[in-house]
Amino acid sequence: MSYSADTADQVSAISGDKYKYGFVTDIESELAPKGLNEDIVRFISAKKDEPDWLLKWRLRAYERWLTMEEPTWGKVAYPEIDFQDAHYYAAPKSKDDGPKSLDEVDPELLRTYEKLGIPLHEQQMLAGVAVDAVFDSVSVATTFRKELAKAGVIFCPISEAVKEHPELVQKYLGSVVPYSDNFYATLNSAVFTDGSFVYIPKGVRCPMELSTYFRINEANTGQFERTLIIADEGSYVSYLEGCTAPQRDENQLHAAVVELVLLDDAEIKYSTVQNWYPGDEHGNGGIYNFVTKRAACRGRNSKVSWTQVETGSAITWKYPSCILQGDNSVGEFYSVAITNNMQQADTGTKMIHIGKNTSSTIIAKGISAGRSQSTYRGLVRMQPGAAGSRNYTQCDSLLIGDKCGAHTVPYIENRNRTAQIEHEATTAKISEDQLFYCRQRGLTDEEALGMIVNGFCKKVLQELPMEFAVEAQKLVAISLEGSVG
Amino acid sequence: MLEIKDLHAAVDGTEILKGIDLTVGAGEVHAIMGPNGSGKSTLSYVLSGRDGYDVTAGSITYRGQDLLELSIEERAAEGLFLGFQYPVELPGVSSTTFLKTALNAVRRQRGEEELDAVQFMKRLRSHTKTLNISDDMLRRGVNEGFSGGEKKRNEILQMALLEPYFAVLDETDSGLDIDALKIVAEGVNAMRGPARSLLVITHYQRLLDYIVPDYVHVLAHGRIVKSGGKKLAVELEEKGYGEFLGEAA
Repeated sequence: MSYSADTADQVSAISGDKYKYGFVTDIESELAPKGLNEDIVRFISAKKDEPDWLLKWRLRAYERWLTMEEPTWGKVAYPEIDFQDAHYYAAPKSKDDGPKSLDEVDPELLRTYEKLGIPLHEQQMLAGVAVDAVFDSVSVATTFRKELAKAGVIFCPISEAVKEHPELVQKYLGSVVPYSDNFYATLNSAVFTDGSFVYIPKGVRCPMELSTYFRINEANTGQFERTLIIADEGSYVSYLEGCTAPQRDENQLHAAVVELVLLDDAEIKYSTVQNWYPGDEHGNGGIYNFVTKRAACRGRNSKVSWTQVETGSAITWKYPSCILQGDNSVGEFYSVAITNNMQQADTGTKMIHIGKNTSSTIIAKGISAGRSQSTYRGLVRMQPGAAGSRNYTQCDSLLIGDKCGAHTVPYIENRNRTAQIEHEATTAKISEDQLFYCRQRGLTDEEALGMIVNGFCKKVLQELPMEFAVEAQKLVAISLEGSVG
Repeated sequence: MLEIKDLHAAVDGTEILKGIDLTVGAGEVHAIMGPNGSGKSTLSYVLSGRDGYDVTAGSITYRGQDLLELSIEERAAEGLFLGFQYPVELPGVSSTTFLKTALNAVRRQRGEEELDAVQFMKRLRSHTKTLNISDDMLRRGVNEGFSGGEKKRNEILQMALLEPYFAVLDETDSGLDIDALKIVAEGVNAMRGPARSLLVITHYQRLLDYIVPDYVHVLAHGRIVKSGGKKLAVELEEKGYGEFLGEAA
């Protein structure tokens, strides 16, 4: 059958042109000089007018980073990164003290976010989503802050939280992902520029979805944002982040850290739609996405749920994890990772069961097309005290064409006899039968593929907040355009 | 409606259809009968344009145009429907989503306005009752875990929604008990009309008791070796295909 050959032809025929967020915003930026050294760390800290404790923390991280080596255990291959060949700070040039309201934000920047489909203007925000937008290194606008403040919710750029809520930041920053955690997290600790900060007070159910949009615009910059969310006792919040970047021939580094802290009976639902520029069909350009995300379920009966839809980036290296410390705490990880062309993704989760009767669920769906490689890597660890704890893992891989790869690397460590661990894995190819069946009913190849893949991902996509689930479904279809013949 | 002339077709370089001539007029129901391996399914795939079924000679004219020039989905939009012998499972794709996407894809290609959810559900409801299709079936993944009877009823539901001009039903009776067969046949018969033609492919005469054809053709070794009225089907049931296998060999 000619299917495989057609697929290969089609795959080689597609180009990165399909990436609709690949535009560059012409805006004047303030850049730190290229390179990384102690002065740059001090420069960033000074730009942010940070207290001394934070500068010291950054410098400790920088010292530590100098002694560390890049991790090489991931199933991703890329040329050595020259960490001296990037700008570690880029900010849209505007008033020195940053915008106070949307009216003060550069209209060019607002147009960029409009193009990205992010409605920053309050009137367009009837959907009830509060947005913090991070453009290169700086947080440019946070909407709905007054409404949130009424509920006692703090939602602001982390640079501002450092000044306005130092007691919270100092207590929790680095408490989940220590500055010494790993090569990229340590780099982030030294040079992080902005990000979002959220605090939900005791017993408060956050009245709206919170959302952050990350956008890399400037060339040769890395983006190092840091997000910290604290859900106090009995609180609830649903948080979504989205990411895009311009289309460029060179690779750009994104190394973020996300820390979630959950106290007794708290719940956080954290959803990510990652659509960084993936590079072209030959593997030129694209974002290197090395991200550390971790949630600490410190309180009893706390629950954290990570949902991610990863369609972009040349390289994805991320393992949103749950430390299930409080008794009866619950960790969930729902993931869709799509790779096409030359993309490589090594992603999964870590579920560390410490408390009694903790439970975790992992549903990971990997879709590979073109010449891409997709790896699920996950750790489930039952500590000696995790009596009566349970894990259920399901990893499914779907292959499109015959030049891509899917890999599953589960690590299972059980130190408690009463704990239960289940692992299921499947690998399937989209069959010519399925495509033919759909096309006989009038669907084009691409409509058929989009529908079949969305069906495959359904268990994960249905975990997304409604308004983003629809977007994600479209994104899933777009990411695979041209991958069938 | 459909005119097939001296059609030759090959799969992986092996010729399966060796010169088929068949003319189906508007509103007519033709049955194609034949033993296993005679080329029945190949004919249905060639008509629908499946990859890997290569037409090596001959022509097919459908409603005044060259059918072989059209892609699979263009043929579907032009009103050519294939009821599958083995309907394919689409895990996680709800039947309702699939039906709506298919109907709107066809409507779009025809330049008609797409139906919104309310209009679509109304139309869907008008068909589900007669075909005994439960809400549960509509919520489940397409054909996912469906029984043989459910799968075939689902095929007929798709046909009813898409309102084709020309439907090929490939061994629609296989895997059906008598009650399921009656429901399916009723669904098909309800769609008979002066503007719609059917090509019913079957191994057994049984189906033709319920979907009564105007013409019956016997396919053996890639050729139509005998044509006649509905009585031919009864004869075949009594005598078997032996005589044709010998004749064509």
